[in-house]
Amino acid sequence: MSDSTPHWYDDDAGPVVRLYAMTAGRARPSSEAFDLMAVVRAQPREAGEVDETVLSPEQRELLALCSREPRPVAEIASDSGLPLGVVRVLLSDLLTAGQIRVSRPVPPAQLPDARILREVINGLRAL
Amino acid sequence: MDSVRSDPSDSFLALKILVAGGFGAGKTTLVGSVSEIRPLSTEEQLTEAGRPIDRLDGVEGKTTTTVAMDFGRISIHEDLSLYLFGTPGQNRFWFMWDELAQGALGAVVLADTRRLQDCFPAIDYFEHREIPFIVAVNCFDGARSYSETSVAQALDLDPQTPVVMCDARHRASGKEVLISLVEHAGRVHEDRLAAGGPMI
Ligand SMILES: Nc1nc2c(ncn2[C@@H]2O[C@H](COP(=O)(O)OP(=O)(O)OP(=O)(O)O)[C@@H](O)[C@H]2O)c(=O)[nH]1
Ligand SMILES: [Mg+2]
Repeated sequence: MSDSTPHWYDDDAGPVVRLYAMTAGRARPSSEAFDLMAVVRAQPREAGEVDETVLSPEQRELLALCSREPRPVAEIASDSGLPLGVVRVLLSDLLTAGQIRVSRPVPPAQLPDARILREVINGLRAL
Repeated sequence: MDSVRSDPSDSFLALKILVAGGFGAGKTTLVGSVSEIRPLSTEEQLTEAGRPIDRLDGVEGKTTTTVAMDFGRISIHEDLSLYLFGTPGQNRFWFMWDELAQGALGAVVLADTRRLQDCFPAIDYFEHREIPFIVAVNCFDGARSYSETSVAQALDLDPQTPVVMCDARHRASGKEVLISLVEHAGRVHEDRLAAGGPMI
C-alpha cells in the first residue's frame, strides 16, 4: 500500500477502495480455510523455480513472512500490518498458486494433550 | 478446502488464548506484560445492525471499521507457541468473538472489582460456548480488596471455575494467570474425556 495512492475518492471510502483494489474485489475466502491459528509456510522451492514477478508486492511480502518459519494466519496478518480479511484473500491466491502450504489447526477435541499442556506450563514458568 | 492439507510433518502448534473483560479492565496491559504485544487489525464492514457482511466490495459502504485487537506471542519452544488475543471490548464487535473462540485453549476474563458487572457478558459467553476460562481479578489501586470466594459468589461462577488475583502490569503475575488457565483447561478437558461427553 503506497501513500502515493491518489486520494480522488471520498476520504471515508479511501481504505475500502485501496483494499478492494489490492484483492481485485474478490469475496473473502471462507475463514475456515484460513483459521486464525492455521499454520502457513512457504513451499520450499529450488532456487529460480519461482517466478515471483507474477506475485503482487503484498503477496511477496506475505510469502517472505512465512518462508523462514511457519506462522499462523493471525501472526502473518499482524506482522504485515494488513487487515485480516485482506491477508486471507492474498493467502488464498498464494495457496492456489502453490506457493504456500496451510495446515489445519488442531481440532479442539484433540487440543489439550496432557503432555503439551505440561510443556506450556513449564515454558510459562521459565519465561 | 481440498487444497488445505493436513501434513503430519507440519509439527508447529499454535495455541490460542483469549483475554476478555470489560472496558479498561487491563486486557492490553496483561497481553503486554507477558508477551511482545502488537496490533492485529481486521477490516470489517458493518451493517446498520452491527453485523458483518461477508464481502469486501461495496465502495458505498461507509460503515467499514478497522477493529484493532491486542495480539501477542509467547514462544514455548521452536514448535509450540501461545498466541494471546485481547478481545475487542465494544458490544458491536461481538460477532468477532465466535471466530476468536473457535478452537481456543481457554480464556482469561479480567475483572475490575469496582465494576464487576462489566465482565458478565464475557462470562456468559464462555459458559455457553463451554470454553474453559478463569476469572482474574485485576487489583487496581484503591479498589476494595475482595476474596476470591466473594468474587466467585458475586459472579455466580461454577464452583470449578478458578478465581485468581493479579496485577496485570507485572509479568510474574500475568504468567501465574496464564498457568492457572492452562491447568484449568487441562482439568476441564480431562473431565470431558472421562465423561465421554461432547468436546467443545
Ligand atoms: N493499578 C493498576 N492499574 C492497572 C492494572 N492493570 C491495568 N491498569 C491500568 O488501567 C488502565 C486500563 O488498562 P488497559 O490494559 O488499557 O485496559 P483494557 O482492558 O485494554 O482497556 P480497553 O481496551 O479500553 O477496554 C491503564 O491505565 C493501565 O495502566 C493493575 O493491575 N493495577
Ligand atoms: Mg485495550
